[in-house]
Amino acid sequence: MAARVITITSGKGGVGKTTTTANLGVALASLGKKVACIDADIGLRNLDVVMGLENRIVYDIVDVVEGRAKLRQAMIKDKRLKEDLYLLPAAQTRDKTAISPSDMLRLAEELKPLVDYIIIDSPAGIERGFRNAIAPADEVVIVTNPEVSSVRDADRIIGLIEAEQKGPGKLIVNRVKPEMVKRGDMLSPDDIIDILAIKLIGLVPEDERILVSSNQGSPAALNPEESKAGKAFRNIARRLMGEEVPFMQLDDDETFLQRLLKALGIRTEPSANHSSGAKKTEPA
Amino acid sequence: MGGLIERLFGGHKPSSSSVAKERLQLVLVHDRSNLTPEQVAAMKDEILEVIARYVEFDRDAVSIDLKSSERENYLLAEIPIRSSSVRRRPSSSPAS
Repeated sequence: MAARVITITSGKGGVGKTTTTANLGVALASLGKKVACIDADIGLRNLDVVMGLENRIVYDIVDVVEGRAKLRQAMIKDKRLKEDLYLLPAAQTRDKTAISPSDMLRLAEELKPLVDYIIIDSPAGIERGFRNAIAPADEVVIVTNPEVSSVRDADRIIGLIEAEQKGPGKLIVNRVKPEMVKRGDMLSPDDIIDILAIKLIGLVPEDERILVSSNQGSPAALNPEESKAGKAFRNIARRLMGEEVPFMQLDDDETFLQRLLKALGIRTEPSANHSSGAKKTEPA
Repeated sequence: MGGLIERLFGGHKPSSSSVAKERLQLVLVHDRSNLTPEQVAAMKDEILEVIARYVEFDRDAVSIDLKSSERENYLLAEIPIRSSSVRRRPSSSPAS
């Protein structure tokens, strides 16, 4: 067994890297794969709380790199899953310079025989932390939101990973609001793919369950039938495993009748439109 | 009334998402080429200066733009050259 290393990155902060890492880890494990998630955001540890494993940390990634702990001692197993899902937490009291890209390469090599997938949560930015996170990557997944600043930063990241021979990378468009796309007030996933010219691997709708699940430390993909976003992450995991899972197009065409009624000031049933639009983001 | 007809046929002013797409495409051309808009303007002027030494053209009809397609950058120039024998507006010739 030699794990595939997938780094989750974005350039801009706050677009959902950590949420994506946690959910893809859970989803891949639920699909029967052995998974290790690595928090590469040293100094700003977060993946542990999103995964709900913060109370079980004894050693962290810097302890492993500096030889105070063995890799297996630092890896925390998620006991909610019968499958193997591990977290290697970031250090909270150090900074990004505590480890180097070559440390990350050594760490990944040591971890590879133990699992099927290694998912690395990259810090925001394009500096040392980002370089650490992509050093061992076999594949880079870029998370963006349908919003100008995160798309611009995604473009910069795509350029950097191509320069590092890690390209071309695959794209997740996170926090899509189908009803805003339908109104023409949000970049559509097609617009973003046109602009960035890379392959799409996932569309995740904006979903309140994501906040609820991070409140609880219980990633949405643990219960994919309960939320659209959880289901979307499960679909991305299947695509990463090489399955063909179709995307459903956002329905952004109003019918003539709907336009006529709207222009005359007659409101149609918005709830019906919204739910059908949101459902179409990802197939069941 | 005009507004009503426009709304009926979906032909109203550009949506904020299409504005976003256009702005992004423009800014990314500069990001990807590492050139500022000023540098691009200076480059255009210098290119035209050289071309003007050899042929006549109408500066208003010239288009020189950086374009991105599939993550490759291009400098696309369209410079309609005047036939030297037919000088419709010799006074405006940049070469003179």
